[in-house]
Amino acid sequence: MAQLELRHIKKSFGETAVLHDISLDVADGEFVSLVGQSGCGKSTLLRIIAGLETPDSGDILIGGQSVTDSAPKDRNIAMVFQDYALYPHMSVGENMSMPPVMARLPLYARLPGMRSITPAGRKARPEIRAEIEKVAKQLRIDHLLDRRPAQLSGGQRQRVALGRALVRNPQVFLMDEPLSNLDAKLRVQVRTEITELHASSGLTFVYVTHDQVEAMTMSDRVALLQAGHLLQVGAPNVLYADPANLDVARFIGSPEINIAAGERGPGGVRLGETTLPAVLDGHGPVRAPVHVGIRPEAIRVLDTPGLLALGQGQGPTLTLVKRMIEDLGPEILIHGHFAHAPDALIRVRAQKSDLYGQSDALAQATSLKVMLNTAQLLFFDADGARLSAKMSDVVETV
Amino acid sequence: MEVSQLQRAQTRLAYLLVLPATLLILVIYIIPIILVFLASLTDYTLVSDYYEFVGFENYRTMFGDEVFANAVGNTFFYAALFLPGAFVISLILAIAIQEQKQFRSVLEVLYFLPVTSTLAAMALVWAALMDSGQGVINNTLETVGIPGVNWFGNEDVVLYSLAIISLWSIIGFNMVLFLAGLTSIPQNLYEAAAMDGADHPIDKFFRVTWPMLGPTAMFVAVTSSITAFKLFDTVAILTQGGPDRASEVFLYLAFLEGFEYFNMGYSAALSLFFLGIIFLFALIQALFTARNVHY
Repeated sequence: MAQLELRHIKKSFGETAVLHDISLDVADGEFVSLVGQSGCGKSTLLRIIAGLETPDSGDILIGGQSVTDSAPKDRNIAMVFQDYALYPHMSVGENMSMPPVMARLPLYARLPGMRSITPAGRKARPEIRAEIEKVAKQLRIDHLLDRRPAQLSGGQRQRVALGRALVRNPQVFLMDEPLSNLDAKLRVQVRTEITELHASSGLTFVYVTHDQVEAMTMSDRVALLQAGHLLQVGAPNVLYADPANLDVARFIGSPEINIAAGERGPGGVRLGETTLPAVLDGHGPVRAPVHVGIRPEAIRVLDTPGLLALGQGQGPTLTLVKRMIEDLGPEILIHGHFAHAPDALIRVRAQKSDLYGQSDALAQATSLKVMLNTAQLLFFDADGARLSAKMSDVVETV
Repeated sequence: MEVSQLQRAQTRLAYLLVLPATLLILVIYIIPIILVFLASLTDYTLVSDYYEFVGFENYRTMFGDEVFANAVGNTFFYAALFLPGAFVISLILAIAIQEQKQFRSVLEVLYFLPVTSTLAAMALVWAALMDSGQGVINNTLETVGIPGVNWFGNEDVVLYSLAIISLWSIIGFNMVLFLAGLTSIPQNLYEAAAMDGADHPIDKFFRVTWPMLGPTAMFVAVTSSITAFKLFDTVAILTQGGPDRASEVFLYLAFLEGFEYFNMGYSAALSLFFLGIIFLFALIQALFTARNVHY
């Protein structure tokens, strides 16, 4: 069992507090991503788990045992560094043999040249070699064991770094932005490989990334950090559909969520020329500002040839002034703004129909009629806190 | 026709562009070496206009000469004293200073100061310090109860004394080189080593620091060796090769032969031998650094 528990971790560098009281539980075999913008403290948190940094206060438990005061090597963890941190002067095989050599040989047998002449060194050599070959085969790098890291491609180096970590036989696997040095195509491929590795190894994974797409696609749960605070922890879908606050909603999802300025009204939330039939939680005076979060796919373009009219039913309608269209292949992204609020950029994701391109109605149009899918709308108060809302069926249009 | 004309113009331009560098190398290095080689085949002396070619006679004299053998022996003995210290002490200092956060720059400056001073002038300071009668060092030793040492007058000690002065003057320089090498080792290699279990200082040194320091170490070793074989100014100022030729090192012998005894032909032969040794070291460095850089 190797569940990982973080209890009230605090860390400051000098005057700057980077982590404010972080508590997080990772279950045995779970894949948890720490995600956030650069400087949010996610890497520091990972380094604290690894033992490369000491927290100012708080406790780290692995498998129920406190490891807060243990050296990195005694924590039953392995870490893959952002730029791999392979030893450039060693072959792939030597790189991968570092952990077992360090763990099994006494100091005198680890001195230069002593490995081949001391009994302990000679005894350990074949078994270490066998283990390395096993891991190398698993990662399909067994033909590279004699090469130096400089002779490898980025993807191969990545795999060697994974291999060196796996040879440790860890219980918890830590990764610090392992894909950021790879090109876009390779990134998708290695992403799949890491997910498969997680599934086949059954290890507990903690994965740091600034890329919410990576976090969303790979993890069982995502922990979103901002300025040293844990904003929300949950399954990717929960973070997307049910964000705790405006910052989470903004960070998760690509393209970013649209934020429109509304206000509390008597019959719902006023948004430009329409009223959204939402009964908001919590009390606020009428005309109190409300942020309305609208995912790009929660907006449906009406009456435009060439676009799929997905979903039926009624909803509040608005006028979208078109600025620009991005063609993404099967779908398009319309950039524009609502007629009543020219400053707030609104992006709409619309599926192409078979007729796309046959009519220039879309290209000609300067404004489009759009309908909001009320079930997908998110509401936040002026401070960004989420307001839960009930939708009434009545649609009022003024 | 057009093409070949263009090609010819380009070729001309290429030669024109390498001409200044070629001329400089010829004038500064190649031609003097050839002249020295030619001079080494003669019995040319500064006091006589008449000279004749004697073939390899000078070289034959050189290898049969006891004085020459003594000078080479002294030089190698001195190098054996100087080199380990110049290398190991600098490396230890560099590692120790690098771990310092607060006083690092102060220490760097302090250790580098001897490098910025003129060795010829500093040799006189050392002469005062190491004076057998009123020197600070002997006085201090005697107060503690250790008998003083005749630093420059004892033929068994004089090379040690010269080595100590040279060490003092070179350690700061080598230390700065090592510091530069240490600073360029990526920190995350040490972190990876800590994860892999290599967190013992000895493991850190042999698994990460030393191999990553390879090119720097090679450079320091070679430049220090050349410095060792170039030992001249402290000998000329402090001992003039004495007592009884005990500190007569190679370059000082070449100087004596040429400018004291005016045997220019013989001196030229000695210089070429010296050049050969230096060239050997430079060659070793060039071959090894090309092979040992990992990134």
